[in-house]
Amino acid sequence: MKGICKYFGGVHALEDVDFELYSNEILALVGDNGAGKSTLIKIISGVYTPDRGEIYLDGERIEIRSPSVARAFGIETVYQELALVETRDVAANFFLGREPTKGRLGVFIDKKKISDVTVKTLKMLSITLPSLRTAVRNLSGGQRQALAVGRAAAWGRKIIVMDEPTAALGVEESRKVLDLVGQLEKHGASVIVISHNLRHVFNVATRIVVLRGGKRVGSKLKSETTADEIVKLITGAELI
Amino acid sequence: MISSPVFWKNMKDTSGNNGKTGKLHKAVSLFKENQVITILLVLIGIGTFLGIHTKTFFTSYNIFNVLRAFSWIAISAFGQAMVILGGGIDLSPGSVMALSGIITGMLLVRGVAIVVSVIAGLAMGAFIGYINGTLISRSNLPPFIATLGMMSIARGFCYGLTNGWPIRKFPAGFLILGQADIHILLWKVPLPVIFMIALAFLSFIFLNNTKYGYHIYAVGGNEYSASLASINITRTKILIYTLSGFFTAIGGILMTSRLGVAAPTAALGYELDIIAAVAIGGISLRGGEGNIWGALIGAAIMQVIRNGLVLLGFPAYWQPAAIGTVIIIAVMIDQFKKVRSQ
Repeated sequence: MKGICKYFGGVHALEDVDFELYSNEILALVGDNGAGKSTLIKIISGVYTPDRGEIYLDGERIEIRSPSVARAFGIETVYQELALVETRDVAANFFLGREPTKGRLGVFIDKKKISDVTVKTLKMLSITLPSLRTAVRNLSGGQRQALAVGRAAAWGRKIIVMDEPTAALGVEESRKVLDLVGQLEKHGASVIVISHNLRHVFNVATRIVVLRGGKRVGSKLKSETTADEIVKLITGAELI
Repeated sequence: MISSPVFWKNMKDTSGNNGKTGKLHKAVSLFKENQVITILLVLIGIGTFLGIHTKTFFTSYNIFNVLRAFSWIAISAFGQAMVILGGGIDLSPGSVMALSGIITGMLLVRGVAIVVSVIAGLAMGAFIGYINGTLISRSNLPPFIATLGMMSIARGFCYGLTNGWPIRKFPAGFLILGQADIHILLWKVPLPVIFMIALAFLSFIFLNNTKYGYHIYAVGGNEYSASLASINITRTKILIYTLSGFFTAIGGILMTSRLGVAAPTAALGYELDIIAAVAIGGISLRGGEGNIWGALIGAAIMQVIRNGLVLLGFPAYWQPAAIGTVIIIAVMIDQFKKVRSQ
């Protein structure tokens, strides 16, 4: 992404932000409240369109006009609200909005395919849920998060965007979700994670991009930085 | 650090059924979670009671009379069930039933072919439903208000088109629809009952085996999540209200044929029976949960109670009070079970 700008009224949410994501990397996007993290990922997932700037995917210029367009490009988003239907079971949620059909009419659901693919994917990602027939509302917070992440991982061929995947979770459940995130790069997609929790960030990320006041102020490989340095970038305090 | 792939192993397995206790546990949880089984047992219980205490309840004549009497309510309730599963509500069915009967009746008495007249009546029902769905999804009107308005509009057309006079003298070919019996094995099954059962199966397959059904459940369960998953909310809502109007028109035409008259005052207040059938059937008024058999059994329970009160010699004036009590108790049981099972 090059020179991305987004204004809300007179407020510059993002000013001339360059942003790049390499294949097979887990990139953490950090910054204070209002730094522009959410706006940036909403542009990537098609919720907002940028007022200025260009987006390239594999070297080709693309325009992401809506979430479904993003999805068609292989960009999946795990929203903070998870976007699950609580009254439906695990399998139905896994295929929410893209139910496979059989027969020539393209109307009848291929239930066998739904359960087969769901079982296979959850197994591949080592996610254990009670049963495919369990309603999501009977799952714990961590299980729901795992389902949402697993779903994104199954469909996100290129990029998986995650907004605060651990915000609503306890310590143990957070660890499990982070383990899962760490696993995703092995499946060939790149991951963008927003998180407030620097410990979590240092746990999973390979690179950290810092935003402050709608501008990009730093990009550090995890191996070449420290939590202190990142905090200073986030808050804008001078390095001594 | 993240080498172990088996990190979800210690998540609690909430299904936890194995061995003998498992089967019992499964049966209990099926009973707990499934309102359809509960109300089916209630229906069987009431039936048994009436069978013991009256001589006439279990005669095939009475059973088929009861079935026919609630068939149009049930058919409309299938459409209502789809609306409620999709997170809405439709208050217009009573008026739509009457109006579709009147449209069909007006064409019939003017000598229009039966098939054409019936199709026109059905199209009118579907069209009103389409308008309901469009108002709700595109103008963002609350379903309660949009369909309340439509209830009044359709009733107004009933009176206006007929000047308040009932339409009679239909051709015999039309009366077959509601009055004929079909010989199946030893029984003479009324045609509306066959329609009702066929439509119940079709509705069930539609809701459980097609992508439209999946989308209806998703929209009713969590509209925002459904929209993030690129499910077309507008189209889904228009679909359910159109189907509700269409099913209601089927019921209305069967009723008109059975009674041999299309009255502008027909089916007054039926929308409440229809919604009650759905609610008794365990279909959550919050949307997204329940199934079509519940609506069928819900409609059956109300009619069996009406019939039973008559057979037991209670004055008919008390029926509404009994039905109201059943509605409240049925929904209370449903709520209670849901709280317990969580």
